[in-house]
Amino acid sequence: MESGQIFNLVPWVVFLPVIGLVVNLLLGRRLGEVFSGVVASLASGLTFVVAVLLAAALASAPNARVVSPWEWISIGELTVRWAFRVDTLSVVMMLAVSLVGTLIHIYSIGYMHSDVRHNGDPGRYTRFFVFMNLFIASMMLLVSADNFLMMFVGWEGVGLCSYLLIGFWYEKGKNGIGNAEAAKKAFITNRIGDFGLLIALFLIFGYFGTLQFDEVFRQAASVAAAHPGAMLLITLAMLLGVSGKSAQIPLFVWLPDAMAGPTPVSALIHAATMVTAGVYLVARSTAFYSVVPVAQTVVMWVGALTALLAATIALGQYDIKKVLAYSTISQLGFMVAAVGMGAMVAGMFHLVTHAFFKGLLFLSAGSVIQGMERGMHGGDDSAEFDPQDMRNMGGLRKKMPLTFWVYLIGGLALSGIAPLAGFFSKDEILGAAYTGHNAVFVLLVLTAFLTAFYMGRQLVMVFFGKPLSAAAEHASESPRVMTIPLVILALLSLLGGALNLPGVHTLEHWLAHTLGEVKPAEFIWLVAGLSFLLALLGLGLAWLIYTRREQKSGADDPLKKPLGALYTGMERKWWVDEFYQALILNPYKAFAQFIAEPVDLGIIDRVGGGLAAGMRALAEGLRQLENGYVRSYALWMVVGLLAIMMFLFLR
Amino acid sequence: MNSAINPLLLVTFFPLVGVLLILLLGSTGKNTARWIALLTSLVTFALSLWLLMQFDSTKGGIQMEINLPWLTLGGNTVGFHLGVDGISILMVLLTALLTPIAILSTWKAVEERVSGFMSFFLLLETGMMGVFLSLDMVLFYIFWEFTLVPMYFLIGLWGSQRRVYAAVKFVLYTMAGSLLMLAGILWVGLTYGGFDLTKLTDSAIPFTAQLWLFGAFGLAFAIKVPMWPLHSWLPDAHTEAPTAGSVILAGVLLKMGAYGFLRFNLPLFPQATLTLAPWMAGLAVIGILYGAIVAFRQKDVKRLVAYSSISHLGFVVLGTFALTAQGVQGAILQMVNHGLSTGALFLIVGMLYERRHTRLMADFGGLWRVTPLLGSLTLVTVLSSVGLPGLNGFVGEFTILMGAFHSTILASPWFAVVATLGVILAAVYLLHMFQQVFLGPVRHPENEKLADLSPREVILLAPLLLLAFWIGLYPAPFFRLMSPAVEQLLALIQTVVQTAH
Repeated sequence: MESGQIFNLVPWVVFLPVIGLVVNLLLGRRLGEVFSGVVASLASGLTFVVAVLLAAALASAPNARVVSPWEWISIGELTVRWAFRVDTLSVVMMLAVSLVGTLIHIYSIGYMHSDVRHNGDPGRYTRFFVFMNLFIASMMLLVSADNFLMMFVGWEGVGLCSYLLIGFWYEKGKNGIGNAEAAKKAFITNRIGDFGLLIALFLIFGYFGTLQFDEVFRQAASVAAAHPGAMLLITLAMLLGVSGKSAQIPLFVWLPDAMAGPTPVSALIHAATMVTAGVYLVARSTAFYSVVPVAQTVVMWVGALTALLAATIALGQYDIKKVLAYSTISQLGFMVAAVGMGAMVAGMFHLVTHAFFKGLLFLSAGSVIQGMERGMHGGDDSAEFDPQDMRNMGGLRKKMPLTFWVYLIGGLALSGIAPLAGFFSKDEILGAAYTGHNAVFVLLVLTAFLTAFYMGRQLVMVFFGKPLSAAAEHASESPRVMTIPLVILALLSLLGGALNLPGVHTLEHWLAHTLGEVKPAEFIWLVAGLSFLLALLGLGLAWLIYTRREQKSGADDPLKKPLGALYTGMERKWWVDEFYQALILNPYKAFAQFIAEPVDLGIIDRVGGGLAAGMRALAEGLRQLENGYVRSYALWMVVGLLAIMMFLFLR
Repeated sequence: MNSAINPLLLVTFFPLVGVLLILLLGSTGKNTARWIALLTSLVTFALSLWLLMQFDSTKGGIQMEINLPWLTLGGNTVGFHLGVDGISILMVLLTALLTPIAILSTWKAVEERVSGFMSFFLLLETGMMGVFLSLDMVLFYIFWEFTLVPMYFLIGLWGSQRRVYAAVKFVLYTMAGSLLMLAGILWVGLTYGGFDLTKLTDSAIPFTAQLWLFGAFGLAFAIKVPMWPLHSWLPDAHTEAPTAGSVILAGVLLKMGAYGFLRFNLPLFPQATLTLAPWMAGLAVIGILYGAIVAFRQKDVKRLVAYSSISHLGFVVLGTFALTAQGVQGAILQMVNHGLSTGALFLIVGMLYERRHTRLMADFGGLWRVTPLLGSLTLVTVLSSVGLPGLNGFVGEFTILMGAFHSTILASPWFAVVATLGVILAAVYLLHMFQQVFLGPVRHPENEKLADLSPREVILLAPLLLLAFWIGLYPAPFFRLMSPAVEQLLALIQTVVQTAH
C-alpha cells in the first residue's frame, strides 16, 4: 500500500470501535463474556494497528494530511465537514489512547468478570465493553478532528462515556444513588466547561470565518494583532473548557467522585486519556496561546496551583483510588502548567508517560482491590467493610507479589525516580519552569516532593507492614489476563522516558512537524539533581513515618497530630465541595423553587392573560354540559364546517 | 403539473377519507377504527414522501401551487390557495410522520370512544396540514382555528383528572391571541385589497401599522409557541392531554406558532421585525432559561417535559429573530428536532404511565435494571434533547447560537451567550429526570416486575431516534431543503435593512 492510501485509513480509528460496540450490542449478551471482551479488545487493538500504520506513514512524510469524506453542516459561510487529520500531534494521541486503551480492555476481561459478580449483576458485563468501545471511538474523534466543531463532538462524547461509566453501577454508592450522583456531577461540571468552549467556538468563527484548524491557526498572529481582546477572550474561554475536562481549578471537583466507576474506567478515562484532552487542546492551539502571553500566564498558574492543591489533598486520603485521583489532578496540573509555559513538547511528553504509569497504578490498584475482595470471603464480610480503604490493607507485598512489583514501578515513575519514565518528562517541565518562571518552579518542585511523599505513604500503607484486616490477610494475586497488561504497562513506565531522552529529543523532533520548531528543552543538571533528590527524600520520609506508625485498622494518620488543622484541611479536601454546595448548588435549587412555585404558578399563571380566574368558572360551567349530547353536537359542528368548506371549493 | 390531483390537496384532505370510513364502519369495533386511522395516516405519510419527491429543493419559491377563487370578503377574493416551500415542507413531513406514531401509541391507552378519538385525530391532521400549506390569510385562519376543535376534545374528553380545565384554558389562551390576529388579517386584507400572502409581500405597509400588525399576529403566535410569559396554558394542557395529544401538541401544534412568525411576521412586517427583533430575542432567551429552571423543580415527569418545551422553543424563536442564515435554518431544523425528541419523551412518559398509572418521579427509580430497553432508549432521547453532539439537538442549537452570536440585527453577542447557559441547565434538569426515574435502586416493590418495551413500543420510538442520529450526523439534506427558501426570506429582510440606511 502506498503511504497516501494509508492515510485514508484514518476514519477507521473511529469506525473500528464503533463496529465493535455494534457487534456487542447485537450479539454480546447472547454469546457471552469471552466473546464480548474479545470483540471489544480486538476493536481497540485494531485501532492501535491503524494508528501504528499512520505513524509509520508519517515517519517518512511528516506533513499533515486531511481526509475529509463528508459534509456535515453547511449554512451560509459556516461550513463544517467530517474531516480527519493525521499529523504528528494527533498520531501521538491516537497511539497513546489506543495502546493504553487496548491493554485496559484486555485487563477488563478479567476484572469485570469478578466485578459483575461482586456487584451481583453478571448480565451487565457486555454493557461495560459497549461503553468502553464507545469511549475509544469518541476519544479518537476528539484527537483526529480537523476542526474545532468535530473535536467538540468527541469532547462531549467522551464526557458522555465518562457519565455512563461512572454511573455503571447506578444503583450503588451512598444511599444507593451515590454513583449516579457522581456521574451527573461529572457531566454537569463538564458542561460548564463546555459552555466556555462553545463561546470560544463562536468567537473563533466570528474572527476567523472558519473552524478548520489550519486556516484558523494561520491567521492567529494577524487576528491577535488586530483584536487582542478577542484573542484573550477566546483563549480564556477555551481554558474554562480545559479546566472542566482536565479537572483543573475551579472545575476539578468531579474527578475524585468519578472514582465511583469501575477501576479500569478510572485508569483509562479518568487518568490516562480523557482527562488529558484539555492538555491536547492547548497543545493543538499552540498558535493561539503563543500570541496571547496573558492567557499563557493564566494557564500556567492554573496548572501550577492545581498541581499543588491536589497534591496536598492526596496526602490526606485513605481510599486507594482517591489518592490516585488527586494525584491525577496534580499531574494534569503539571501538564497544564507546562503547556502554559509554552513547553508544549514537555506537556505532551508527560501526558504520554503519565498515561503509562498512572494507567498502571490504577490497574494495579484495581488488582489490589479485587485481591482484597477475594480476601473478604475469608472474613470481614460485613457491609461496612471497605476494601478500598488503605487503613484496612498492609502487607500485601507477600500476598500479591506481582501486583506489588508493578505498583512499585508505577509509584517510582510517578515520584520521578530516574531512569523511569516520569523522571524525564517531569524534569522537562521543571526545567522549563526553572528558565524564567521562578515562582511556578518553586510550586512545582514542592509538588514533586509531595508527590513522592504521598506515593511513599501509599506504598507503605498498602504493601508493607502487617495485614490490618482479615481481607488483607487472605488477599490473593489476580489472574493472568489482568497481570499481563500490568507487566506491559510496567515496562512502558520503565522505558517510556526513551521517547524523548535529553540530547536525543525524538518526540520533540516528531512534534515539531506540527507544533513548529521549538527550542529543544535543556537538560539542567541542577534541576534534574534537585528533583531526583527531592523524590528520594519524599519517599524516604514517608518510609520513616509510615513504617513506624501505629499499625491498627482505623488508626489515625501519623501526620494528624503534628499538622493539626492543616491535615484536617487536606483530609476534608479543603472544603471545596461544601463551598460549591453552599455557594452555587443550594442557591440554584432555592432560586429554581422560587421561580417554579411563587412566580410561575403564583404570578404568571394567574396574571398571564388575566384569564385563569374566569376560566375556572367557565370550566365549572362546561363540566356540567359535558355529556354525550354535547359531544356529538360538536362533532356534527365540525363535520358541518367541513362540508361547507368542501362545497365552497368544489363549486 | 402533470398529475391529475394536486399532491397538496391529497396530503391535506386524505385524512378525511379515514374520518368518513370511521363514521361508516366505526361501530364494528375499536380495532376497526384504530386500523382505519393508522392506515389512513400511513397513507398520508406516504403521500407526504411523494410530495417530497416532486419538490425541487433547488428553487426558493412556492411550488405545487393551487389557487381557486373561493369566497369574497368585503369585496376582496379569498382564495383557496395552497402551496409548499422549503420551510413548510419540513413541517408537513413532521406532521405526517408524527400522526401515525401518535395514533399507534393509543393502541392500549385509549379504550373508550375509540372511533371518536380517531376521527378527531385525523381531523386534526387535516387542520395542521392546512395551516402549513395555506397561502391565503383567511384560509390560514380557518385552519388555525379549526385545529382547536379536535385538540379541545382530545384533551377535554380523553385527558386526565383536570382535563376540562386544561382544555378550556388551552382554547381560551389560543383564542385570545387569534382574535387579534383575525382583526389584523381583516385590516390588512381590506386595506391592501386581498388576502393572498404571495401578493401582500410586495405591499409596503407603513412602519407604524407594521408595529401594530406585528403585535396582533405575534401575540397569536407567541401564545402558541409558547413564549414566556404566555406559556401558562402549556403545562396544564400537556399534563392533562392523553399521550398522543401531547405528542402532537408538542411535536406539531407549537410549531404552528414558530412557523407563523416565519410565514407572516418576517415577510409581511419586515421593518417591524427589524425593530422588534432584539425584544423577541430577549423574551426567547428568558424563555430558554426560565423553562429550564422551572423544569428542574417539577415532580411530575410530564410537567417537566412540558417546561422543557418552553426552553427548547426559546431556541427556535431566538434563531428566527437572529435573522441570519444560520439562525433561521437552525430554528427550522430545531422545530423538527424538538418534534422528534420531545415527541419521543412524551411517548416514554406515556409508556411509564401505562405501566404504573403515575407520573410522579418519586414513584419510580431504578427502572433501568427492570426495563433495560426502555432505559436505554430513554437515555438516547434525553441525550438528543440535551443537545449532545452527534445527535439532532446539537446541530440545531449550535447553528442557532452561532447565528444569534453573530447577528448584526441583534447587534450583541449577549443574547447567544446567555442562551448558551441553557445548554448547562438542560443537562441539569434532564439528567435529574433520568436519574429520578431510571437510576438508583428500585425503591418501590411494585416497580420490580414492570414489563420492558413491547415490539409496538419499539416501533413507536425507533423512527424518531433513527432520525435523531441522521440529523445529528448528516443534516445536510435537511438544510439543503430549506436553504433556498430561507435565503429568499432573508434577502427580503436585507433589502429593508439597506433602504433603512
